[in-house]
Amino acid sequence: MKQENSHQLDARRLLCPLPVIRTQDAIVKLHPGEVLVVTSTDPGAKVDIPIWCRINGHEVQEIREQEHEIIITIRVGDEIN
Amino acid sequence: MKQQRKAVALISGGLDSMLAVRVIQEQGIHVEGINFFTGFCVEGHTHAVRKKHKDKQKRNNALWVAEQLGIKLHIVDVVEEYKDILLNPVHGYGKNVNPCLDCKTFMVKKALEWIKEHDYDFIITGEVVGQRPMSQRRETMPIVAKESGSDDLLVRPLSAKQLPETLPEREGWLDREKLYDFSGRTRKPQMALAKQFQFEDYAQPAGGCCMLTDENYAIKLQDMWANRPNRDYELDDIIMLKMGRHFRIAPHLKVIIGREEGENRFMQGYKSLFVSVYPTSHPGALCLVDGEFKSAEELQQVLALVARYSQGKNEPQVSLCVRQKDGSEEEYSIQPMAADAIKKEWLV
Repeated sequence: MKQENSHQLDARRLLCPLPVIRTQDAIVKLHPGEVLVVTSTDPGAKVDIPIWCRINGHEVQEIREQEHEIIITIRVGDEIN
Repeated sequence: MKQQRKAVALISGGLDSMLAVRVIQEQGIHVEGINFFTGFCVEGHTHAVRKKHKDKQKRNNALWVAEQLGIKLHIVDVVEEYKDILLNPVHGYGKNVNPCLDCKTFMVKKALEWIKEHDYDFIITGEVVGQRPMSQRRETMPIVAKESGSDDLLVRPLSAKQLPETLPEREGWLDREKLYDFSGRTRKPQMALAKQFQFEDYAQPAGGCCMLTDENYAIKLQDMWANRPNRDYELDDIIMLKMGRHFRIAPHLKVIIGREEGENRFMQGYKSLFVSVYPTSHPGALCLVDGEFKSAEELQQVLALVARYSQGKNEPQVSLCVRQKDGSEEEYSIQPMAADAIKKEWLV
């Protein structure tokens, strides 16, 4: 699901918990409602990024796998910290 | 109206910090978690790439714990700052290269900075008196409080009754009677409390959650330090110590050979940082070269070793490619090394 005006984060070749840290650092610079697409090669990101989103109030709109890449689309929640 | 007090908890992902948070939540305190990424965390890297660990859940335990507790978790990258803690620990190392006392002090100090910045009231940890030989002893726990500057803002809910009263207790934010007096290495009180809180699934890492307490990892780290001009390191260095078989061929030459598909794939990402060697005539492992070949003999040894870890190991000749960091490649053909020709002293 390619969204217009989405922000892209390349977290490939990073391993747990760096994809989460990079996601956290990227989202803090965004505004509520904006969309971030994270690309990771860490199988753990599939679990960790959605947990991080749930506990911080962001919405995971889609998780898909393409070859060895995991692509996670996140809609930024109302509260960013 | 009574002011809502707020605490930040150091979350490792283990049971003790999970219990400590719940104890404080039960007293009506708003808690958020903080977790520090030093680069030496056990979970993640190896579990993510190795088939051997496929039965283990590929999850970050600190995040999982935070979700169970219903708290936010702030993961802080301290890789750069942590170098000084590891390289110059004031209180020295534990059994391996674990600077536990300096490490705990550092993390509490960082948490103190965080509560000042975010207007929180105090810090909690899952520490238990006598639980660990270095940082969690009756004599050393006050050192952490003093040297971190947190003093009486540091609450250890599981052992609070074994320790001096803290500011949150004196001010009545916390009821000391509802805190605990755990001590020693037994895990029974924690298990009982977990049952009381209905925590059924929690991580029980053997030997803690830090690679620096792992003997095999410590040997590899010390080998790296011993064979470099100084002990400085980068994140990639310490991640590579978790990957593959390491062979120290010479002080200036170490090779890392992937053990399985997942590691080989991960190591592919490092081909622009290391010279790499891989078989082209047969399926086999990727080898990264840490250092340099100072003679043709060293190159031949490494080629034969990499050929040994290919499916052509019993063939008379195996073709291999040596790829430079800039992408230029050169082909070689070599007889694979016999199993008994691999020198024991090479294996780190």
